[in-house]
Amino acid sequence: MGAEDNSATGVMDPESAEVADPRLDAAQAVKAAQKQRFAELDRKTLTSIYRQMLLVRRFEEKSAEAYSTGKIGGFCHLYIGQEAVAIGAISAIRKDDYVLTSYREHAHAIAKGMSPESVMAELYGKANGCSRGKGGSMHMFDKEVNFLGGHGIVGGQIPLATGVAFATKYKQTDQVTLCFFGEAAVNQGAFHESLNMAQLWKLPCIYICENNQYGMGTSLERSMSFQDISEKACAYEIASEFVDGMDVLAVREATLRAVERARKNYLPTLLEVRTYRFMGHSMSDPGNYRTRAEIERYQERDPLKLFSASLKEEGILSEADMKKIDDEVRAEVEQAVRFAEESPLPEPEELFTDVYAEPIPRNK
Amino acid sequence: MAIITMREALNQAIREEMQRDENVFLMGEEVAAYQGAYKVTKGLLEELGPKRVIDTPITELGFAGLGVGAAMAGLRPIIEFMTFNFSILATDQIINSAAKMLYMSGGQFNIPIVFRGPGGSAFQVSSQHSQALESWFAYFPGLKVVMPSTPADAKGLLKSSIRDNDPVIFIEQERMYGNKGEVSDDPEFTIPLGVADIKREGNDATIVARSLMVPVALKAAEALEKEGVYCEVIDPRTIRPLDINTIVESVKKTNRVVVAEESHPFCGVAAEIASEIMERAFDYLDAPVKRVSGADVPMPYAKNLEDAAIPNVQQIVAAVKEVAYIE
Repeated sequence: MGAEDNSATGVMDPESAEVADPRLDAAQAVKAAQKQRFAELDRKTLTSIYRQMLLVRRFEEKSAEAYSTGKIGGFCHLYIGQEAVAIGAISAIRKDDYVLTSYREHAHAIAKGMSPESVMAELYGKANGCSRGKGGSMHMFDKEVNFLGGHGIVGGQIPLATGVAFATKYKQTDQVTLCFFGEAAVNQGAFHESLNMAQLWKLPCIYICENNQYGMGTSLERSMSFQDISEKACAYEIASEFVDGMDVLAVREATLRAVERARKNYLPTLLEVRTYRFMGHSMSDPGNYRTRAEIERYQERDPLKLFSASLKEEGILSEADMKKIDDEVRAEVEQAVRFAEESPLPEPEELFTDVYAEPIPRNK
Repeated sequence: MAIITMREALNQAIREEMQRDENVFLMGEEVAAYQGAYKVTKGLLEELGPKRVIDTPITELGFAGLGVGAAMAGLRPIIEFMTFNFSILATDQIINSAAKMLYMSGGQFNIPIVFRGPGGSAFQVSSQHSQALESWFAYFPGLKVVMPSTPADAKGLLKSSIRDNDPVIFIEQERMYGNKGEVSDDPEFTIPLGVADIKREGNDATIVARSLMVPVALKAAEALEKEGVYCEVIDPRTIRPLDINTIVESVKKTNRVVVAEESHPFCGVAAEIASEIMERAFDYLDAPVKRVSGADVPMPYAKNLEDAAIPNVQQIVAAVKEVAYIE
């Protein structure tokens, strides 16, 4: 499936360099590919993936609303448009595997098994938040489900994830580590230093580059001399794949292949997952660096729309099933908001806790 | 008890703690096959094996971050910087990851890691390889900063640092690796972090000194004794947490204080100590706190200029005389 499919459907604008990647299929072709994959998956798995995608979409819509009314402060980076990446990849790992990501992390946290309540309460800066109100949108953690953050410095999580993979190999477990980051992090030294060590020492880390094509307001073309990110893996002899990040099942399958490599042979993989964010970089982004038309073109390949259409056309889920799931998901998000609203603020004494493992008396 | 060098004392501390706990590993440039650029890690590869004693590429940001991640997943890394000058490349991971992880995670992820290596002034290696960085690290809540001045302190404090559940910056003075002293061989010998040591008692003036400045201050105290001035020399040993009480108690007795350090004066540790003394013991002071710091310039290469950049006995003697109003 290549360029000819794209030109045939006419969805891709040949004059638009940012869309017309010959490796990306048009909406029709994505759906066709998804349907083929349905044969290997049971209805429960497919429904669960769909439900998760919808849940994080609705969660982010609610986050945007709460941000605009001042309930959520600071930076708030939304994931709308990119759901297939986190949901597809995390659906391919076990509960005891590790996930680390950047500051655009609400979806990854929920997909890894954190409750929408604890995530929303953290956004609200409440004591019941997953980081007890000290981390906020960018720094969510949950030791129970091996979700190791939410990191705010571009690329900072890449050496950390490499270290988590080092530890699992050291302890000779068969756990794998997923490390998500945006394409702008690929320009950081931390990326290259980590990939070098990961292959040198054969560490079971799966590097997932969510290439949404913009580092804040600067496009890939304006920031990267050689833009084929998956190809960069060859500099370190790491296995790599280019994946359509609008196809949740394609992301899942590529991740499964990487997981196999990591679990069985302690080998790293680099996945370049091409995606797009429909919202601004953060809630304060006016977005005047890209056109409405460009965004609309990508919205035709909305991962949630494509997946729900495939599910419907194949009779996996009916209109009524989907309505029911949507109602459940909306209720779950409403409940998360209620929980956050009703949760207490951190106690003032909390300002001085968690600085050291064993508290050091403050100098009077 | 045996008389050994600081280098050997540090080596013993690492060896004993690695024997004690399987989760401790050592990683850094040239630590394994080369036996350490300064031979602190001599013999460890042979004894403990390549799984636990690991040579890294020259990739300080990478292996510092790898260490923090490994600590998040339950290991206790010792990360060696060949010198602390190179830790500058790793400061994002030390400051933004190691120091803040426990706090940002609401208490879920403490980081038991030691970043260690030589620091301070070295021998004629000019500006980039000869500098004191402790005030950078001591600035950040979440980090602990340790600077031993004797072989015994080096061993006892490094063992405590490896057992500590927080990130510790352990700065060994590059010029002091060959210094000798009596050191316990009891595997349970440790020195707690955050406790100052009175290296010499006296009633007339207090000299607060750390690392390389401790032997210099002791020599100054000897010289002053000949003139009938009895100095108390206090080595905080740990910069953060700082045992300010021991310093303040001494100042209450002597009423005069000099703080000696080889680092630059501006925003340095001595400035912090002087401020603490002013806030806690102002009424006990008979003279303003006097600092003796390294020159406020990048380190030069030429021997005579380098010597002039590092505080010496004469400067400390003069400073004590100044606070004691002795002509």
